[in-house]
Amino acid sequence: MLNNYIIPIIVIVIILHGFFKKTDIYETFLEGSLDGLKTVVSIIPVVVAMIFAVNIFVESGILNLIGGSFKDIIPMIVLRPISGNATLAYLSKIFHKYGVDSYYGYLASVIQGATDTTIYVLALYFSSVGIKKTRYALIGGLFADICGIIAAFIVVKMFF
Amino acid sequence: MINKIWVVLIGLGIGYSFFNTNVNMGDIILNSSYSAYELLISIGPLIVLWSGIMNIASKSGLLAKFSNLLKPLLKKIMPSVKGEKSLEYISSNIAANMLGLGSVATPAGLKAMQELQKENPHKDTATDGMITFLILNTSGVTIIPMTVIALRLAFKSINPSAIIIPSIIATSVSTICGLTLDYFIRRKNAK
Repeated sequence: MLNNYIIPIIVIVIILHGFFKKTDIYETFLEGSLDGLKTVVSIIPVVVAMIFAVNIFVESGILNLIGGSFKDIIPMIVLRPISGNATLAYLSKIFHKYGVDSYYGYLASVIQGATDTTIYVLALYFSSVGIKKTRYALIGGLFADICGIIAAFIVVKMFF
Repeated sequence: MINKIWVVLIGLGIGYSFFNTNVNMGDIILNSSYSAYELLISIGPLIVLWSGIMNIASKSGLLAKFSNLLKPLLKKIMPSVKGEKSLEYISSNIAANMLGLGSVATPAGLKAMQELQKENPHKDTATDGMITFLILNTSGVTIIPMTVIALRLAFKSINPSAIIIPSIIATSVSTICGLTLDYFIRRKNAK
């Protein structure tokens, strides 16, 4: 499948381009991966905080109050625009419960991959330049997310 | 905002557990630190690897080439953005976002906002250009969702990267819908 070629193609293009442009590819790789390591370390407190809250919420069994087959996807959709780490924590709960290659595992992966932390990004970008009246930005951003989620449902139905 | 999420998740969870005799909330709280450790250990190494590869893309000028390719298209999508510099920063932000280079994307994005703010006559109100840019940014244009793949890998998925194409399709739908709504709102406001 095409999926399996995308990563190797991107990797070979990047490495060859770097090599022929006379970039010190090995040193550049090490420099970048050290930055990556710093990123991982910097998200440790956030991930601990979010796993803590998400585990309490999910394992309390409160979602059983909602019922219905999509009840486990709802918190994912609600949390997604606000916190990427919270949804990542939630995604791992879904993998635990249903299995990573199950319909839900697949659907939740695509939702996570196709959308972004809209509310967080809008708050960060607008506040950085002191904008208070954001007009239709939030509606537009959330509308795009909802369309992405609906598309995820349809695409996963087709591919799965 | 994040404070509210925290208090809602923790408050509802612990509150409900008092009525649900099947769960041992004390254990759940103690075990959550271990779950966090497992999650970090499982996604960390791939983030380190991918950051290294993407740094080559960034430093060798490949990212800049990609960003230049996007520029004419972005100019069409954002007709109100006049400044060459703003367009430059917007393109690098979107290009870096597409490749999953968060550490490059955010500084470029914030600089784009500063440039757009210079052209803004009402300093406390968002311009059309800013809104289109942020709708494009937040509709999630990532080509390879590496964190999700890392987590799928850790859970021993039979095909961790099987979500790439479906994610690209879903994210494209999201972007097209967002930009279409944005276009119609702008046209309505112009009348």
